[in-house]
Amino acid sequence: MRIIKLIWSYLRIGVANEMQYRVNFFIQLLQSFISLATGLIGLWLVFSHTTALSGWSQPELLAVMGVYLLMGGIIKTAIQPNMQRLMDEIQNGTLDFALTKPVDGQLLISIREFRFWQLTDGVVGLVVLAIAIIQIQERIGIGQALAFVAALALGGIMIYCFWLILTTSAFWLIRIWELVNLFEGLYAAGRWPVTIYPNWLRLGLTFLVPVAFAVTVPAEALTDRLTPLTLLGAAGLAILLMGVARFVWRLGVRSYSGASA
Amino acid sequence: MKRYLDFYLTSMKLAISEQFQYRAQNYFYMIGMIAEPVIYLVVWSTVAKQQGGSVGGYTPGAFAAYYIVWTLVRNMNIVFTPYGWEGRIQRGQLSGELLRPIHPLHSDVAFFAGWKFVVIVLWLPLAAILALIFRPELHPTWLQIVVFFFAIWGAYLIRTMFLSLLGMITFWTTRVGAIYELYFALELILSGRLVPMSLMPGWVQTASNFLPFQWTFFFPINALVGNPTPAELLTGLGIQIAWIVGGTLLVNLMWHFGIRRFSSVGN
Repeated sequence: MRIIKLIWSYLRIGVANEMQYRVNFFIQLLQSFISLATGLIGLWLVFSHTTALSGWSQPELLAVMGVYLLMGGIIKTAIQPNMQRLMDEIQNGTLDFALTKPVDGQLLISIREFRFWQLTDGVVGLVVLAIAIIQIQERIGIGQALAFVAALALGGIMIYCFWLILTTSAFWLIRIWELVNLFEGLYAAGRWPVTIYPNWLRLGLTFLVPVAFAVTVPAEALTDRLTPLTLLGAAGLAILLMGVARFVWRLGVRSYSGASA
Repeated sequence: MKRYLDFYLTSMKLAISEQFQYRAQNYFYMIGMIAEPVIYLVVWSTVAKQQGGSVGGYTPGAFAAYYIVWTLVRNMNIVFTPYGWEGRIQRGQLSGELLRPIHPLHSDVAFFAGWKFVVIVLWLPLAAILALIFRPELHPTWLQIVVFFFAIWGAYLIRTMFLSLLGMITFWTTRVGAIYELYFALELILSGRLVPMSLMPGWVQTASNFLPFQWTFFFPINALVGNPTPAELLTGLGIQIAWIVGGTLLVNLMWHFGIRRFSSVGN
């Protein structure tokens, strides 16, 4: 109960903060549309030369892009800003202020930032997804919709855990902003279903960086490709990653000595 | 003249020794960058295979050559970012640089030019690994190799000028992020960064002949991996020089008016 109240108040602070800068909403909207436009042009170029890509039709790939934008919006709203703040604080030694609060450290560092306007990416993603579903012209049953939501949630959890593990390495490596670039580069691979990539890359995008579970698997749920086994595997991997992230976080905090505060 | 030469040589040496110390970080950055062309390469090789072996004149091997050379050209294309200009102007760091008896742009050009030598050395093993995985087909003539060598430096200078122009918009307004994004989106599509220009519709190819973008990406890559005639190669270099000269003039013009608006205290 206390945890929910805490999350709620940080959420309110985040939204209130962003409400001060309303012009940012329009700028963010413009940027969302620019990234949508480049994505659509890429897709259109591919389909001006072929009719299907490894068995995925054009509307199905549009659905993949919708999920990609939606998940990207979630990451940039709630996950990445928190992790970047953590990165800075480890480097500057100001993490003390968070660690000394009477609440679990991992929880606190994960909920402090909420970039409300970044949700425009997510909304644009939802619209693209809706258009794609209409174009696919197959009825989406309750089961598929539930599987989609479950897959999306599991994917989000995995991305969060992956980011936390990555960021926690700053306890030892100090300067890691290059890793942010590395993550963004690899996440961009999610624009296309991971099944098109060669084996070694597909394995990497499934187990090293969980892009496959974040984007491809939810899209598979909507296009009738998802087997219950994959969803079960996703749940298993999410639980495993949560454990690993928790363990690495504890290990990291133990080796944190503070610097200034 | 000798003064400038000394300045350039010293700045480049400094950049080389500084960046070599950060080789691990440089590698992280380069590996992150490689994801982008590998994605394009996989998508277009798949399309080529489905179309019976080639699309737009490119076989999977030709795509591999295109996107592997892409990685070097992209690294050459990294210059002082407009975001850097934004910070420099907003936080007043420019004040300090204005005190020097030399235009601030010189130190950007020299520093990044020095950095390129580190980048090229670090790039070689990455290129070898990519070549082993993706099997590029590459048969350049000597002329193509020589032109490529000059073209990547031409690309570097053109992009330096245009990104500086973009960054200097900060003299007039502080909300520039969206303008940069728009520029980068246009560049992605019209430069050959996304796909070789020959896969684009005809009118896009025509339009981009009159824009600077493709002279920083497609021209150098195609100079090495395509089949351009010697005349095309030399004309291309000429057009690059024209864009460098034009860009420099524009930079000077914008600097001339922008710097009057700059008022800041700080370090």
